[in-house]
Amino acid sequence: MSVSLFDGFRFRVVSSPIHRLDPRVKFLFVSVLFVGAVLFSELIPLLVLFLAPIPLVVLAGVRREWARSLRGAAFFAAFIFIFNFIFPYFFPTAGPGIEPPIDTPMEYAVLAERALVMTLRLLVLVGSFSAFFLTTSPDHLSLALEQSRVPYELCFAFTTAVRFVPVLAEEAQTITDAQRARGLELEKGNFLRRVRNYIPILIPLIVNAIRRSLELAEAMESRAWGATENRTNLYVLRMRRVDYTLLLVSALVLAAAVYVKLAIPVPSVVSLLYP
Amino acid sequence: MEALRGVSLTVRGGEFVAVMGQNGAGKTTLVKLFNGLLKPTRGSVLVDGVDTREVSVARLSRRVGFVFQNPDHQLFCETVEEEVAFALRNFGLDQEAVRERVEWALSLLDLTRYREASPFMLSGGERKRVALASVLAWDPEVVILDEPTIGQDYGQKEKLRRFIRQIGAQGKTVIIVTHDIEFVADCAPRVVLMAEGRIVGDGGAREVLTDRALVERASLVLPQVTQIFLGLRDLGLPGDVINLRDAERAVLGLLGVGS
Amino acid sequence: MAVIAARGLTYTYPGREEPSLRNVSITVDKGEFVLLTGPSGCGKTTLCRCLNGLIPHFYGGRLEGDLAVAGLEVAEHPTSGLARHVGLVFQNPENQLFALSVEKDVAFGLENLGTPRERIRERVDWALKMAGIEDLRERAPHELSGGQQQRVAIASVLAMGPEVVVLDEPTSFLDPLGAQTIFEVIGGLNERLGVTVVLVEHRLDLASRYADRVIVMDGGTVVMEGDPRQVLASERARLVGVGVPKAVRLCRFLKERGVSLGGVPVTSAEASKLLEEALVTDRC
Repeated sequence: MSVSLFDGFRFRVVSSPIHRLDPRVKFLFVSVLFVGAVLFSELIPLLVLFLAPIPLVVLAGVRREWARSLRGAAFFAAFIFIFNFIFPYFFPTAGPGIEPPIDTPMEYAVLAERALVMTLRLLVLVGSFSAFFLTTSPDHLSLALEQSRVPYELCFAFTTAVRFVPVLAEEAQTITDAQRARGLELEKGNFLRRVRNYIPILIPLIVNAIRRSLELAEAMESRAWGATENRTNLYVLRMRRVDYTLLLVSALVLAAAVYVKLAIPVPSVVSLLYP
Repeated sequence: MEALRGVSLTVRGGEFVAVMGQNGAGKTTLVKLFNGLLKPTRGSVLVDGVDTREVSVARLSRRVGFVFQNPDHQLFCETVEEEVAFALRNFGLDQEAVRERVEWALSLLDLTRYREASPFMLSGGERKRVALASVLAWDPEVVILDEPTIGQDYGQKEKLRRFIRQIGAQGKTVIIVTHDIEFVADCAPRVVLMAEGRIVGDGGAREVLTDRALVERASLVLPQVTQIFLGLRDLGLPGDVINLRDAERAVLGLLGVGS
Repeated sequence: MAVIAARGLTYTYPGREEPSLRNVSITVDKGEFVLLTGPSGCGKTTLCRCLNGLIPHFYGGRLEGDLAVAGLEVAEHPTSGLARHVGLVFQNPENQLFALSVEKDVAFGLENLGTPRERIRERVDWALKMAGIEDLRERAPHELSGGQQQRVAIASVLAMGPEVVVLDEPTSFLDPLGAQTIFEVIGGLNERLGVTVVLVEHRLDLASRYADRVIVMDGGTVVMEGDPRQVLASERARLVGVGVPKAVRLCRFLKERGVSLGGVPVTSAEASKLLEEALVTDRC
C-alpha cells in the first residue's frame, strides 16, 4: 500500500521535454499549485489545481507511475475524507449552514463537500510533487540543488543515497534469505515475536551499511574529496526559453489565484446544486 | 526474463558437485531452488523426494545447509557461540543438544578459542569460518557453498579443499557454486557448467574442464595445466589433465621416469 | 627515477599493539609494473593505503619512517593533494562508485579538483576510451557487471592523470574473463601510457605476465622481491604461501626430477613451448 506511494517518487529513466525542463522552474510551478491548494477552500479551484499537472504527466509519459502514486495515497485520502465527514457530524463546531442535528440531504452534501476539499488538498500535494519527482532525474535534482547554493555535501548525500537504494534493497533480500536458510521464520509467533524476528535482518543491514560508508569515504578521499572550496561540475543548468515560459505561467497562475481569492467569490458545489 | 530455462539435474547423496559459470549464468538461482528460497515457476524440485513447493524454507534448511558468499550477511549475534547456536534454536533443539552441537561445530572449524568473541571483531577469514560453523552445526545432509573462494589466498583455499574432502568423507553431499577454475580443478568433482540459465555441460571435472568449446560457452577459461597441454597432444600427452598431480604424472609417465 | 620511495616504513593501526607494517623499504621506478603479493594479513592492503595517504590521514595510527610518492612526503600532504598523483582502485567494485551515471563518476575526481568544465569533458572522454568503456557512458552503476564497474573505477582514477595507479585486489569479485579484461586494461595503461602500476593480487597465473617486478610480503615485511620468474620459482615464495602459478610449479617439479625446462614460464603458452622443447630434446 504505502510502497506504491514511494513508487511515484522513484525515477524511471525516460527522456521527454518535461524531463528536460529546469528542475528549479518545475519545482516552482509545483509549489504554486500547492500554494493554490492551501489558498482555496472551495471544491472547484481545487479540482482545477488537481488536474493541472495532468498534461505534464501525459507529455512526460509517466501516466502509469503517477496514477500509482495517487493510488498509494488512497489510504490516507480515504482516512481524511472519513474523518472530515464523521468528526463534524458528531462535533459540529464551525461552518455556516451546519446546525445539529444534521439530517437534510443538503447538510450531508455540505459535509461531504468540505471533506472532499480536505481530501483533494492532500491529492493536489501528492499529485503535483509526485509529478515533479517522476519527471526529474535525481542527477538533475542534485544539480539544481547545487546551483541553488545548497552545500555540496548535502547534494552528494542525496545522490549517493539514491544510487544505493537498489543496492541496499538487494542486500536486505540477501540477508533475509541467508537468515531464512538458518531456520528463521518471519511469519511465526505473536506480534512481539515477529518484531524480534527482524533483528537478525536489521543488524547485518545496519552493520554493513556502516562498513559500506567507510569504504565509500575511503574512495571519496582517494578521489580528492575536499581538495578545493570551488568545486566545479561536468554539467550546468541553463534556463532556456521553454523554462522561462513555464516560469511565466507559474507567475500568472499565482497571480490569478490570488486575484480570484480576493476578488471573486467562488461558489461551493452545494450552492450550485441547491440554489 | 527467465533466470533458468529447462534445467534438469539429479544429485545423489554423497556427491561432490561444482556448479560453474560466469557471473549471471544462473548458478546461484539454481542452488537457491534446492533449499526452497526460490520456487520453480515451471517444473519441480525434489529434495529427498519432497517437493520444495510443499514445504517451508525452514524445514528444507534442516536438510540443506546454505552458506552464503558474504558472512557479513549472516552475522548478528554478540558472541560466536550464540551465532553458531542461532539456527539450532530456530530448529527447536533443546538446550543440551544446542550446547553439544555448538561445541562440535566450534572445534570442527577451529574456533573454540573465539567462542566468547564478538563475530564483528574477527578477521575476514575467521568470520567466514563462523558462518560455516553456524551452518554445519545442525549437521545438514547437503551443504551448499556459494563462492567460497572469493578473496581467499592460496593457503586458505587449500584448507577449504581439505575441509570439503573431510565432510564429503562423512557422507555429506557438497555443492559448491564457483567460477574458480583452478580450485575446482584441484578438487576434481562432478562439474555442472551453466551459461545463460541453461546447463551446457555435466560430467566429471576431467571431462568437462578439458572441453574447450564447452568452457568457452560458459565464458570460463581452461585450467592452466590444460592450456599448457593443449598443444602437446601429438607428443603423446593425455588430453584430460586439469591439475598439477595429473600433469606431473603425465609428464613423468612420458619420460619413463619413476615418480 | 623513483616515483615511490619507502624507507623503514612502520605502521600500527590505532588501538592495536602490533604493527601491521614493519620496516618496509621499497622503491618503484617510473613506468614500472609492480606486482605485490603475499598471504592474507601480510600488510599489502595496509601498504596500498599508505601510498595515497589514507594512512595516516584517514586511519590515524602511528606511521614511522619515510614514504614519498611522486616526490611528495605522504605524511605531510593531505590525501586530496596526493590524489592528483596516485590513484587507488579498491577491491569492491560497488563501493567506489557514487554517481548515478558512469560519466559523472569518472568526472567526480576532476570536479573535486576544481577543474574547468571543458577540461573535465576532455579528460572524461579520454579516460572512458582508455578503459574501453565509452559505450557505458550513460549507464547507471547498478546496472553494470562487476568487471564493468571496476573499469569505471579505473577510468575515474585515470581521469585525474596520476603518475601512479595502485590497485588493491581489483579482481577479487570478478569471474576469470572479467579478471583477464581488467589485467589487459591495466597492462595497456602501463605499456602505452607509461603509468606506474602497483597491483596487489592473488591471481598470479593471470597477472604475472604483465609485471616487471614481484614483491612478496609476509607478516608486515617485504620478504622477497625481484624478477617475476625468479621470485615465483623460488622456494621462499612457496614457503610463504604465495599462490604460485601451476605453470611455474610444474616447472619446479620437473626440475627437481632432473628435467630442466630452460626457463620459468609466466604464461601457459610459454610453459607449453618450454615443455615441448624439453620433451623433444629428451626424446632424442
